[in-house]
Amino acid sequence: MERFLSRLYLALVGIFLAAPIVVVTGVSFNEKQNLAFPPQGFSLHWFAQIFSDPEWLRALIASVLLAVTSAALAVVIALPLAWFLWRRIAPWAQVFQLLGVAPFTLPPVITALGFLTFWATSGFYGQPWTAVIAHAIFFVTLPLVTLTLGFSSIDRSLTEAAATMGADDRTVFRTVVLPLILPYVVSGYAFAFVLSLNEYIVAYMTIGFVRETLPIKVFNALRYGYTPTMAAVSVLFVAVTAAVFGLIARFGDLPRLMGAMSTKD
Amino acid sequence: MRREPARGLVQHLPVIFPGLMLTIFFIVPFGTMVAVSFFRRQQGGFYVPDFVLANYARFLTPFFGNVLVFSLYLAIAVAVVSLVIAVPFTYLIARSRRQTQVIWLVALLSILSLSEVIIGFAWSTLLSRTAGITNLLVWLGLMGAPQALVPSFEAVLTGMVYQAMPYAVLVLYPSMVRLDPTLTEAARTLGASPLKAFFTVVLPALRTTLIATLIMAFIFALGSYLLPQILGRPSHWTLSVLITDQALYQSNMPFAAAMAVFLVLVSLALVALTMFAGKKLEA
Repeated sequence: MERFLSRLYLALVGIFLAAPIVVVTGVSFNEKQNLAFPPQGFSLHWFAQIFSDPEWLRALIASVLLAVTSAALAVVIALPLAWFLWRRIAPWAQVFQLLGVAPFTLPPVITALGFLTFWATSGFYGQPWTAVIAHAIFFVTLPLVTLTLGFSSIDRSLTEAAATMGADDRTVFRTVVLPLILPYVVSGYAFAFVLSLNEYIVAYMTIGFVRETLPIKVFNALRYGYTPTMAAVSVLFVAVTAAVFGLIARFGDLPRLMGAMSTKD
Repeated sequence: MRREPARGLVQHLPVIFPGLMLTIFFIVPFGTMVAVSFFRRQQGGFYVPDFVLANYARFLTPFFGNVLVFSLYLAIAVAVVSLVIAVPFTYLIARSRRQTQVIWLVALLSILSLSEVIIGFAWSTLLSRTAGITNLLVWLGLMGAPQALVPSFEAVLTGMVYQAMPYAVLVLYPSMVRLDPTLTEAARTLGASPLKAFFTVVLPALRTTLIATLIMAFIFALGSYLLPQILGRPSHWTLSVLITDQALYQSNMPFAAAMAVFLVLVSLALVALTMFAGKKLEA
Protein backbone atom coordinates (compact mmCIF):
# COMPACT_ATOMS: atom_id res chain seq x y z
CA MET A 1 0.00 0.00 0.00
CA GLU A 2 2.74 2.40 1.02
CA ARG A 3 4.76 1.43 -2.05
CA PHE A 4 1.74 1.83 -4.30
CA LEU A 5 0.93 5.29 -2.97
CA SER A 6 4.46 6.57 -3.38
CA ARG A 7 4.65 5.16 -6.91
CA LEU A 8 1.31 6.79 -7.71
CA TYR A 9 2.54 10.13 -6.43
CA LEU A 10 5.77 9.95 -8.44
CA ALA A 11 3.77 8.94 -11.52
CA LEU A 12 1.39 11.90 -11.15
CA VAL A 13 4.26 14.37 -10.83
CA GLY A 14 5.91 12.65 -13.78
CA ILE A 15 2.78 13.13 -15.89
CA PHE A 16 2.60 16.79 -14.88
CA LEU A 17 6.22 17.27 -15.92
CA ALA A 18 5.91 15.30 -19.16
CA ALA A 19 2.50 16.46 -20.40
CA PRO A 20 3.45 19.74 -22.10
CA ILE A 21 6.48 18.13 -23.72
CA VAL A 22 4.40 15.21 -25.01
CA VAL A 23 1.83 17.53 -26.55
CA VAL A 24 4.45 19.77 -28.16
CA THR A 25 6.26 16.73 -29.55
CA GLY A 26 3.01 15.42 -31.01
CA VAL A 27 2.17 18.78 -32.54
CA SER A 28 5.61 19.04 -34.16
CA PHE A 29 4.89 15.96 -36.28
CA ASN A 30 1.66 17.33 -37.78
CA GLU A 31 1.44 17.07 -41.53
CA LYS A 32 -0.52 20.27 -42.11
CA GLN A 33 0.28 23.66 -40.70
CA ASN A 34 -1.98 23.45 -37.69
CA LEU A 35 -1.54 22.51 -34.09
CA ALA A 36 -3.58 19.36 -33.71
CA PHE A 37 -3.14 16.78 -31.01
CA PRO A 38 -3.08 13.86 -31.50
CA PRO A 39 -1.13 14.81 -34.67
CA GLN A 40 -2.82 14.41 -38.04
CA GLY A 41 -0.49 12.57 -40.36
CA PHE A 42 3.24 12.37 -39.82
CA SER A 43 5.86 14.70 -41.17
CA LEU A 44 9.40 15.77 -40.31
CA HIS A 45 8.91 18.84 -42.47
CA TRP A 46 8.86 21.27 -39.53
CA PHE A 47 12.17 19.99 -38.24
CA ALA A 48 13.69 20.35 -41.69
CA GLN A 49 12.41 23.92 -41.81
CA ILE A 50 14.59 24.97 -38.86
CA PHE A 51 17.64 24.14 -40.97
CA SER A 52 16.34 25.21 -44.38
CA ASP A 53 14.52 28.45 -43.60
CA PRO A 54 17.24 31.14 -43.55
CA GLU A 55 15.62 33.06 -40.66
CA TRP A 56 15.32 30.07 -38.34
CA LEU A 57 18.78 28.90 -39.32
CA ARG A 58 20.27 32.33 -38.59
CA ALA A 59 18.64 32.34 -35.16
CA LEU A 60 19.89 28.82 -34.49
CA ILE A 61 23.46 29.76 -35.42
CA ALA A 62 23.29 32.96 -33.34
CA SER A 63 22.11 30.95 -30.32
CA VAL A 64 24.75 28.25 -30.64
CA LEU A 65 27.56 30.80 -31.16
CA LEU A 66 26.41 32.79 -28.14
CA ALA A 67 26.20 29.68 -25.95
CA VAL A 68 29.56 28.25 -27.05
CA THR A 69 31.48 31.50 -26.51
CA SER A 70 29.75 32.79 -23.38
CA ALA A 71 30.09 29.43 -21.60
CA ALA A 72 33.80 29.39 -22.47
CA LEU A 73 34.24 32.91 -21.11
CA ALA A 74 32.33 31.95 -17.95
CA VAL A 75 34.74 29.05 -17.35
CA VAL A 76 37.74 31.28 -18.04
CA ILE A 77 36.50 33.69 -15.37
CA ALA A 78 35.54 30.99 -12.87
CA LEU A 79 38.56 28.69 -13.08
CA PRO A 80 41.32 31.04 -11.86
CA LEU A 81 39.01 32.47 -9.21
CA ALA A 82 38.02 29.05 -7.84
CA TRP A 83 41.66 27.92 -7.94
CA PHE A 84 42.82 31.03 -6.11
CA LEU A 85 40.18 30.63 -3.40
CA TRP A 86 41.25 27.02 -2.90
CA ARG A 87 44.99 27.62 -3.02
CA ARG A 88 45.33 30.85 -1.05
CA ILE A 89 44.15 32.17 2.26
CA ALA A 90 42.45 35.36 1.11
CA PRO A 91 39.21 36.21 2.87
CA TRP A 92 38.85 39.42 0.83
CA ALA A 93 38.64 37.34 -2.37
CA GLN A 94 35.38 35.82 -1.08
CA VAL A 95 33.81 39.08 -2.24
CA PHE A 96 34.36 37.97 -5.84
CA GLN A 97 32.75 34.64 -5.14
CA LEU A 98 29.73 36.47 -3.78
CA LEU A 99 29.71 38.66 -6.91
CA GLY A 100 29.88 35.56 -9.05
CA VAL A 101 26.80 34.07 -7.41
CA ALA A 102 24.77 37.29 -7.17
CA PRO A 103 23.50 37.67 -10.77
CA PHE A 104 22.16 34.14 -10.77
CA THR A 105 20.33 34.52 -7.45
CA LEU A 106 18.63 37.82 -8.23
CA PRO A 107 15.66 38.01 -10.62
CA PRO A 108 17.13 37.93 -14.17
CA VAL A 109 15.43 41.15 -15.20
CA ILE A 110 17.84 43.02 -12.90
CA THR A 111 20.97 41.74 -14.64
CA ALA A 112 19.27 42.36 -17.97
CA LEU A 113 18.40 45.97 -17.15
CA GLY A 114 21.86 46.56 -15.65
CA PHE A 115 23.47 45.49 -18.92
CA LEU A 116 20.98 47.48 -20.99
CA THR A 117 21.82 50.73 -19.16
CA PHE A 118 25.53 49.86 -19.18
CA TRP A 119 25.81 49.13 -22.91
CA ALA A 120 23.59 52.08 -23.79
CA THR A 121 25.70 54.43 -21.66
CA SER A 122 29.02 53.10 -22.97
CA GLY A 123 27.81 53.24 -26.57
CA PHE A 124 28.27 49.56 -27.40
CA TYR A 125 24.56 48.71 -27.41
CA GLY A 126 23.68 46.13 -30.06
CA GLN A 127 27.18 44.74 -30.67
CA PRO A 128 27.01 40.93 -30.78
CA TRP A 129 29.85 40.48 -28.27
CA THR A 130 27.98 42.44 -25.61
CA ALA A 131 25.61 39.50 -25.24
CA VAL A 132 28.56 37.12 -24.88
CA ILE A 133 29.90 39.10 -21.93
CA ALA A 134 26.42 39.51 -20.44
CA HIS A 135 25.73 35.77 -20.57
CA ALA A 136 29.21 34.91 -19.26
CA ILE A 137 28.68 37.12 -16.20
CA PHE A 138 25.08 35.98 -15.75
CA PHE A 139 26.03 32.27 -15.83
CA VAL A 140 29.51 32.43 -14.23
CA THR A 141 27.81 31.07 -11.10
CA LEU A 142 27.51 27.59 -12.61
CA PRO A 143 31.18 26.86 -13.39
CA LEU A 144 32.10 28.69 -10.18
CA VAL A 145 29.92 26.37 -8.09
CA THR A 146 30.96 23.13 -9.85
CA LEU A 147 34.66 24.14 -9.73
CA THR A 148 34.53 25.13 -6.07
CA LEU A 149 33.00 21.73 -5.37
CA GLY A 150 35.66 20.09 -7.56
CA PHE A 151 38.57 21.79 -5.79
CA SER A 152 37.16 20.94 -2.38
CA SER A 153 37.12 17.27 -3.38
CA ILE A 154 40.88 17.24 -4.14
CA ASP A 155 42.92 15.50 -1.49
CA ARG A 156 45.51 18.09 -0.46
CA SER A 157 48.06 15.41 0.38
CA LEU A 158 48.31 14.69 -3.36
CA THR A 159 49.42 18.21 -4.18
CA GLU A 160 51.61 18.28 -1.10
CA ALA A 161 53.36 15.09 -2.22
CA ALA A 162 53.96 16.62 -5.65
CA ALA A 163 55.37 19.77 -4.06
CA THR A 164 57.65 17.73 -1.79
CA MET A 165 59.02 15.97 -4.86
CA GLY A 166 60.02 19.36 -6.17
CA ALA A 167 57.15 20.34 -8.46
CA ASP A 168 56.44 24.05 -8.62
CA ASP A 169 52.96 25.55 -8.52
CA ARG A 170 52.54 25.43 -12.28
CA THR A 171 53.66 21.80 -12.60
CA VAL A 172 51.38 20.76 -9.74
CA PHE A 173 48.46 22.48 -11.43
CA ARG A 174 49.17 20.92 -14.81
CA THR A 175 49.93 17.37 -13.70
CA VAL A 176 47.82 16.89 -10.56
CA VAL A 177 45.11 19.51 -10.16
CA LEU A 178 43.95 19.90 -13.77
CA PRO A 179 43.29 16.19 -14.44
CA LEU A 180 41.30 15.96 -11.19
CA ILE A 181 39.32 19.13 -11.88
CA LEU A 182 38.61 18.50 -15.57
CA PRO A 183 35.25 16.74 -15.09
CA TYR A 184 34.06 19.77 -13.10
CA VAL A 185 35.30 22.14 -15.81
CA VAL A 186 33.32 20.17 -18.37
CA SER A 187 30.14 20.04 -16.32
CA GLY A 188 30.41 23.73 -15.44
CA TYR A 189 30.79 24.52 -19.13
CA ALA A 190 27.86 22.27 -20.03
CA PHE A 191 25.55 23.90 -17.46
CA ALA A 192 26.46 27.38 -18.68
CA PHE A 193 26.09 26.31 -22.32
CA VAL A 194 22.60 24.88 -21.88
CA LEU A 195 21.34 27.82 -19.85
CA SER A 196 22.76 30.34 -22.31
CA LEU A 197 21.11 28.47 -25.18
CA ASN A 198 17.74 28.78 -23.45
CA GLU A 199 18.11 32.27 -22.02
CA TYR A 200 15.74 34.96 -23.19
CA ILE A 201 15.60 38.19 -21.24
CA VAL A 202 19.30 39.10 -20.90
CA ALA A 203 19.87 38.33 -24.58
CA TYR A 204 16.76 40.29 -25.53
CA MET A 205 17.73 43.38 -23.54
CA THR A 206 21.30 43.40 -24.89
CA ILE A 207 20.97 42.48 -28.57
CA GLY A 208 17.24 41.79 -29.04
CA PHE A 209 16.59 44.73 -31.35
CA VAL A 210 19.53 43.92 -33.61
CA ARG A 211 19.52 40.16 -33.95
CA GLU A 212 17.51 37.16 -32.87
CA THR A 213 18.58 34.13 -30.86
CA LEU A 214 16.30 31.11 -31.05
CA PRO A 215 14.29 31.89 -27.87
CA ILE A 216 13.86 35.50 -29.04
CA LYS A 217 12.75 34.31 -32.48
CA VAL A 218 10.21 31.90 -30.96
CA PHE A 219 8.77 34.62 -28.73
CA ASN A 220 8.58 37.13 -31.60
CA ALA A 221 6.91 34.50 -33.78
CA LEU A 222 4.33 33.70 -31.05
CA ARG A 223 2.72 37.08 -31.67
CA TYR A 224 1.87 36.11 -35.23
CA GLY A 225 0.33 32.80 -34.32
CA TYR A 226 1.48 29.35 -33.43
CA THR A 227 3.16 27.14 -36.01
CA PRO A 228 4.43 23.55 -35.85
CA THR A 229 7.93 24.93 -36.52
CA MET A 230 7.94 26.41 -33.02
CA ALA A 231 6.96 23.03 -31.68
CA ALA A 232 9.84 21.48 -33.62
CA VAL A 233 12.25 24.09 -32.18
CA SER A 234 10.94 23.30 -28.69
CA VAL A 235 11.48 19.58 -29.21
CA LEU A 236 15.00 20.30 -30.43
CA PHE A 237 15.69 22.35 -27.29
CA VAL A 238 14.29 19.69 -24.98
CA ALA A 239 16.37 17.04 -26.75
CA VAL A 240 19.63 19.03 -26.62
CA THR A 241 19.06 20.04 -22.98
CA ALA A 242 18.23 16.51 -21.84
CA ALA A 243 21.15 15.09 -23.86
CA VAL A 244 23.65 17.47 -22.20
CA PHE A 245 22.43 16.62 -18.70
CA GLY A 246 22.32 12.95 -19.64
CA LEU A 247 25.99 13.18 -20.66
CA ILE A 248 26.91 14.96 -17.42
CA ALA A 249 25.16 12.16 -15.54
CA ARG A 250 26.86 9.51 -17.65
CA PHE A 251 30.41 10.81 -17.25
CA GLY A 252 30.12 12.69 -13.98
CA ASP A 253 28.53 12.16 -10.61
CA LEU A 254 25.24 14.04 -10.91
CA PRO A 255 23.91 13.38 -7.38
CA ARG A 256 27.22 14.64 -6.02
CA LEU A 257 27.13 17.73 -8.24
CA MET A 258 23.63 18.40 -6.96
CA GLY A 259 24.93 18.26 -3.41
CA ALA A 260 24.03 14.72 -2.40
CA MET A 261 27.24 14.53 -0.37
CA SER A 262 28.58 17.31 1.75
CA THR A 263 31.61 19.03 0.28
CA LYS A 264 33.75 17.76 3.13
CA ASP A 265 33.34 14.08 2.22
CA MET B 1 50.18 21.81 -0.65
CA ARG B 2 48.85 23.85 2.21
CA ARG B 3 46.91 27.04 1.72
CA GLU B 4 49.09 30.09 2.00
CA PRO B 5 48.40 33.80 1.81
CA ALA B 6 49.20 35.25 -1.60
CA ARG B 7 52.35 37.33 -1.74
CA GLY B 8 53.48 39.72 -4.45
CA LEU B 9 51.95 40.50 -7.81
CA VAL B 10 52.63 37.11 -9.40
CA GLN B 11 50.68 35.17 -6.79
CA HIS B 12 47.77 37.56 -7.15
CA LEU B 13 47.69 37.25 -10.95
CA PRO B 14 44.98 34.53 -11.14
CA VAL B 15 42.43 36.66 -9.30
CA ILE B 16 43.01 39.78 -11.38
CA PHE B 17 41.16 38.77 -14.54
CA PRO B 18 38.03 37.36 -12.80
CA GLY B 19 38.06 40.31 -10.40
CA LEU B 20 38.21 42.84 -13.21
CA MET B 21 35.52 41.09 -15.25
CA LEU B 22 33.12 40.91 -12.33
CA THR B 23 33.81 44.48 -11.30
CA ILE B 24 33.51 46.01 -14.77
CA PHE B 25 30.61 43.91 -15.97
CA PHE B 26 28.61 43.39 -12.81
CA ILE B 27 29.36 46.16 -10.31
CA VAL B 28 29.55 48.94 -12.91
CA PRO B 29 26.33 47.97 -14.79
CA PHE B 30 24.59 47.59 -11.47
CA GLY B 31 25.88 50.99 -10.35
CA THR B 32 24.83 52.52 -13.67
CA MET B 33 21.33 51.16 -13.14
CA VAL B 34 21.15 52.59 -9.62
CA ALA B 35 22.41 55.95 -10.92
CA VAL B 36 19.88 56.01 -13.76
CA SER B 37 17.09 55.40 -11.24
CA PHE B 38 17.77 58.93 -9.92
CA PHE B 39 18.06 60.54 -13.34
CA ARG B 40 15.44 62.81 -14.80
CA ARG B 41 13.49 61.65 -17.79
CA GLN B 42 13.13 63.95 -20.77
CA GLN B 43 10.54 63.99 -23.50
CA GLY B 44 11.42 61.63 -26.33
CA GLY B 45 12.75 58.83 -24.20
CA PHE B 46 16.07 60.31 -23.19
CA TYR B 47 17.25 60.95 -19.68
CA VAL B 48 19.71 63.40 -18.18
CA PRO B 49 21.95 63.03 -15.12
CA ASP B 50 20.24 64.53 -12.11
CA PHE B 51 19.18 63.58 -8.63
CA VAL B 52 15.42 63.36 -8.47
CA LEU B 53 13.19 61.05 -6.47
CA ALA B 54 10.31 61.34 -8.94
CA ASN B 55 10.91 57.81 -10.26
CA TYR B 56 10.56 56.40 -6.78
CA ALA B 57 7.58 58.62 -6.05
CA ARG B 58 5.71 56.79 -8.80
CA PHE B 59 5.66 53.74 -6.52
CA LEU B 60 2.83 55.46 -4.69
CA THR B 61 0.51 55.36 -7.71
CA PRO B 62 -2.34 52.79 -7.69
CA PHE B 63 -1.06 51.40 -11.01
CA PHE B 64 2.29 50.40 -9.53
CA GLY B 65 0.63 49.28 -6.30
CA ASN B 66 -1.64 46.88 -8.18
CA VAL B 67 1.24 45.34 -10.12
CA LEU B 68 3.33 44.99 -6.97
CA VAL B 69 0.55 43.36 -4.95
CA PHE B 70 -0.26 40.99 -7.80
CA SER B 71 3.45 40.07 -8.28
CA LEU B 72 3.90 39.29 -4.60
CA TYR B 73 0.63 37.35 -4.45
CA LEU B 74 1.52 35.31 -7.53
CA ALA B 75 5.06 34.60 -6.30
CA ILE B 76 3.76 33.46 -2.90
CA ALA B 77 1.16 31.21 -4.53
CA VAL B 78 3.76 29.70 -6.85
CA ALA B 79 6.25 29.16 -4.00
CA VAL B 80 3.68 27.50 -1.72
CA VAL B 81 2.23 25.20 -4.40
CA SER B 82 5.72 24.25 -5.61
CA LEU B 83 6.86 23.43 -2.10
CA VAL B 84 3.77 21.34 -1.34
CA ILE B 85 4.38 19.25 -4.47
CA ALA B 86 8.17 19.19 -4.15
CA VAL B 87 8.56 18.08 -0.51
CA PRO B 88 7.00 14.59 -0.73
CA PHE B 89 8.39 14.21 -4.24
CA THR B 90 11.98 14.97 -3.19
CA TYR B 91 11.60 12.75 -0.11
CA LEU B 92 10.55 9.83 -2.33
CA ILE B 93 13.27 10.23 -4.95
CA ALA B 94 15.95 10.79 -2.29
CA ARG B 95 15.12 7.35 -0.89
CA SER B 96 15.02 5.61 -4.26
CA ARG B 97 17.89 3.79 -5.96
CA ARG B 98 20.77 5.86 -7.26
CA GLN B 99 19.97 5.05 -10.88
CA THR B 100 16.37 6.24 -10.41
CA GLN B 101 17.63 9.42 -8.72
CA VAL B 102 19.89 10.21 -11.68
CA ILE B 103 17.01 9.84 -14.16
CA TRP B 104 14.80 12.19 -12.14
CA LEU B 105 17.64 14.68 -11.72
CA VAL B 106 18.27 14.77 -15.48
CA ALA B 107 14.55 15.34 -16.11
CA LEU B 108 14.30 18.09 -13.46
CA LEU B 109 17.46 19.86 -14.62
CA SER B 110 16.25 19.74 -18.21
CA ILE B 111 12.91 21.31 -17.35
CA LEU B 112 14.56 23.89 -15.12
CA SER B 113 16.96 24.92 -17.89
CA LEU B 114 14.28 25.01 -20.54
CA SER B 115 13.58 28.44 -21.94
CA GLU B 116 10.59 30.23 -20.47
CA VAL B 117 9.51 30.83 -24.07
CA ILE B 118 9.31 27.10 -24.68
CA ILE B 119 7.55 26.32 -21.41
CA GLY B 120 5.06 29.07 -22.18
CA PHE B 121 4.50 27.82 -25.70
CA ALA B 122 4.12 24.21 -24.50
CA TRP B 123 1.59 25.05 -21.81
CA SER B 124 -0.42 27.35 -24.02
CA THR B 125 -0.61 24.50 -26.54
CA LEU B 126 -1.59 22.03 -23.84
CA LEU B 127 -4.30 24.39 -22.61
CA SER B 128 -5.47 25.45 -26.07
CA ARG B 129 -8.76 24.56 -27.68
CA THR B 130 -7.33 22.78 -30.71
CA ALA B 131 -4.57 20.64 -29.23
CA GLY B 132 -5.32 20.89 -25.56
CA ILE B 133 -6.22 18.75 -22.63
CA THR B 134 -9.93 19.52 -22.95
CA ASN B 135 -9.99 17.39 -26.10
CA LEU B 136 -9.05 14.46 -23.90
CA LEU B 137 -11.91 15.26 -21.52
CA VAL B 138 -14.32 15.49 -24.44
CA TRP B 139 -13.09 12.14 -25.72
CA LEU B 140 -13.66 10.64 -22.27
CA GLY B 141 -17.16 12.08 -22.30
CA LEU B 142 -16.55 14.41 -19.36
CA MET B 143 -16.99 17.57 -21.37
CA GLY B 144 -19.26 18.73 -24.18
CA ALA B 145 -16.87 20.70 -26.36
CA PRO B 146 -13.17 21.52 -26.24
CA GLN B 147 -12.37 24.80 -24.54
CA ALA B 148 -9.44 27.19 -24.39
CA LEU B 149 -8.04 27.48 -20.86
CA VAL B 150 -5.63 30.28 -21.72
CA PRO B 151 -5.25 33.14 -21.03
CA SER B 152 -6.12 32.86 -17.36
CA PHE B 153 -4.66 33.22 -13.90
CA GLU B 154 -4.75 29.44 -13.43
CA ALA B 155 -2.71 29.00 -16.59
CA VAL B 156 -0.06 31.46 -15.36
CA LEU B 157 0.05 29.71 -11.99
CA THR B 158 0.36 26.25 -13.58
CA GLY B 159 3.12 27.34 -15.94
CA MET B 160 5.08 29.00 -13.16
CA VAL B 161 4.70 26.03 -10.81
CA TYR B 162 5.95 23.85 -13.66
CA GLN B 163 9.07 26.00 -13.74
CA ALA B 164 9.56 26.55 -10.00
CA MET B 165 8.80 23.02 -8.79
CA PRO B 166 12.02 21.48 -10.23
CA TYR B 167 13.92 24.40 -8.69
CA ALA B 168 12.39 23.69 -5.28
CA VAL B 169 13.23 19.99 -5.63
CA LEU B 170 16.87 20.74 -6.41
CA VAL B 171 17.15 23.09 -3.42
CA LEU B 172 15.58 20.46 -1.15
CA TYR B 173 17.47 17.50 -2.59
CA PRO B 174 20.84 17.81 -0.72
CA SER B 175 19.20 17.95 2.72
CA MET B 176 16.73 15.20 1.91
CA VAL B 177 19.48 12.87 0.67
CA ARG B 178 21.67 13.52 3.68
CA LEU B 179 18.81 13.10 6.13
CA ASP B 180 19.70 10.32 8.54
CA PRO B 181 17.47 7.33 7.62
CA THR B 182 17.66 6.01 11.19
CA LEU B 183 15.44 8.93 12.25
CA THR B 184 12.42 7.57 10.39
CA GLU B 185 13.36 4.01 11.25
CA ALA B 186 13.28 4.87 14.92
CA ALA B 187 9.88 6.50 14.53
CA ARG B 188 8.59 3.44 12.66
CA THR B 189 9.94 1.05 15.29
CA LEU B 190 8.11 3.04 17.93
CA GLY B 191 4.91 2.45 16.01
CA ALA B 192 4.44 5.56 13.86
CA SER B 193 2.84 5.09 10.45
CA PRO B 194 5.00 6.16 7.46
CA LEU B 195 2.85 9.24 7.04
CA LYS B 196 3.08 10.13 10.72
CA ALA B 197 6.85 9.61 10.67
CA PHE B 198 7.06 11.92 7.66
CA PHE B 199 5.07 14.69 9.32
CA THR B 200 6.42 14.41 12.86
CA VAL B 201 10.06 13.48 12.20
CA VAL B 202 11.15 14.34 8.65
CA LEU B 203 9.48 17.73 8.23
CA PRO B 204 10.51 19.17 11.63
CA ALA B 205 14.08 17.99 11.07
CA LEU B 206 14.13 19.92 7.78
CA ARG B 207 12.32 23.09 8.82
CA THR B 208 15.27 25.37 8.06
CA THR B 209 15.61 23.89 4.58
CA LEU B 210 11.87 24.17 4.01
CA ILE B 211 11.83 27.87 4.87
CA ALA B 212 14.93 28.49 2.72
CA THR B 213 13.35 26.63 -0.20
CA LEU B 214 10.12 28.58 0.12
CA ILE B 215 11.99 31.89 -0.01
CA MET B 216 14.24 30.78 -2.88
CA ALA B 217 11.20 29.63 -4.87
CA PHE B 218 9.54 32.96 -4.09
CA ILE B 219 12.50 34.95 -5.47
CA PHE B 220 12.63 32.61 -8.46
CA ALA B 221 8.94 33.24 -9.16
CA LEU B 222 9.38 37.01 -8.77
CA GLY B 223 11.76 36.84 -11.73
CA SER B 224 9.30 35.17 -14.06
CA TYR B 225 8.89 37.37 -17.06
CA LEU B 226 7.55 35.57 -20.12
CA LEU B 227 4.97 33.20 -18.66
CA PRO B 228 2.63 35.95 -17.40
CA GLN B 229 2.74 37.43 -20.91
CA ILE B 230 2.21 34.18 -22.81
CA LEU B 231 -0.32 32.51 -20.49
CA GLY B 232 -2.04 35.51 -18.90
CA ARG B 233 -3.81 38.75 -19.65
CA PRO B 234 -2.27 42.19 -19.15
CA SER B 235 -3.83 42.20 -15.66
CA HIS B 236 -1.52 39.27 -14.83
CA TRP B 237 1.63 41.17 -15.63
CA THR B 238 4.30 41.07 -12.96
CA LEU B 239 6.90 43.57 -11.84
CA SER B 240 9.49 41.96 -14.16
CA VAL B 241 7.21 42.48 -17.16
CA LEU B 242 6.50 46.06 -16.13
CA ILE B 243 10.22 46.82 -15.78
CA THR B 244 10.96 45.55 -19.29
CA ASP B 245 7.92 47.29 -20.71
CA GLN B 246 8.96 50.64 -19.20
CA ALA B 247 12.58 50.23 -20.29
CA LEU B 248 12.04 49.13 -23.87
CA TYR B 249 8.59 50.20 -25.02
CA GLN B 250 7.71 53.23 -22.87
CA SER B 251 11.33 54.46 -23.08
CA ASN B 252 11.28 55.34 -19.40
CA MET B 253 14.61 53.97 -18.23
CA PRO B 254 14.75 55.91 -14.95
CA PHE B 255 11.41 54.49 -13.79
CA ALA B 256 12.40 50.98 -14.93
CA ALA B 257 15.68 51.30 -13.06
CA ALA B 258 13.94 52.50 -9.91
CA MET B 259 11.64 49.46 -10.00
CA ALA B 260 14.63 47.17 -10.57
CA VAL B 261 16.41 48.67 -7.55
CA PHE B 262 13.27 48.05 -5.53
CA LEU B 263 13.15 44.43 -6.74
CA VAL B 264 16.80 43.95 -5.71
CA LEU B 265 16.09 45.30 -2.23
CA VAL B 266 13.10 42.99 -1.79
CA SER B 267 15.15 39.99 -2.97
CA LEU B 268 18.15 40.83 -0.79
CA ALA B 269 15.94 41.36 2.25
CA LEU B 270 14.46 37.92 1.68
CA VAL B 271 17.88 36.28 1.26
CA ALA B 272 18.98 37.93 4.51
CA LEU B 273 15.79 36.67 6.16
CA THR B 274 16.58 33.12 4.97
CA MET B 275 20.05 33.27 6.52
CA PHE B 276 18.70 34.80 9.70
CA ALA B 277 15.95 32.17 9.99
CA GLY B 278 18.55 29.46 9.39
CA LYS B 279 20.79 30.74 12.16
CA LYS B 280 17.95 31.20 14.60
CA LEU B 281 16.48 27.75 14.05
CA GLU B 282 19.85 26.08 14.34
CA ALA B 283 20.65 27.90 17.55
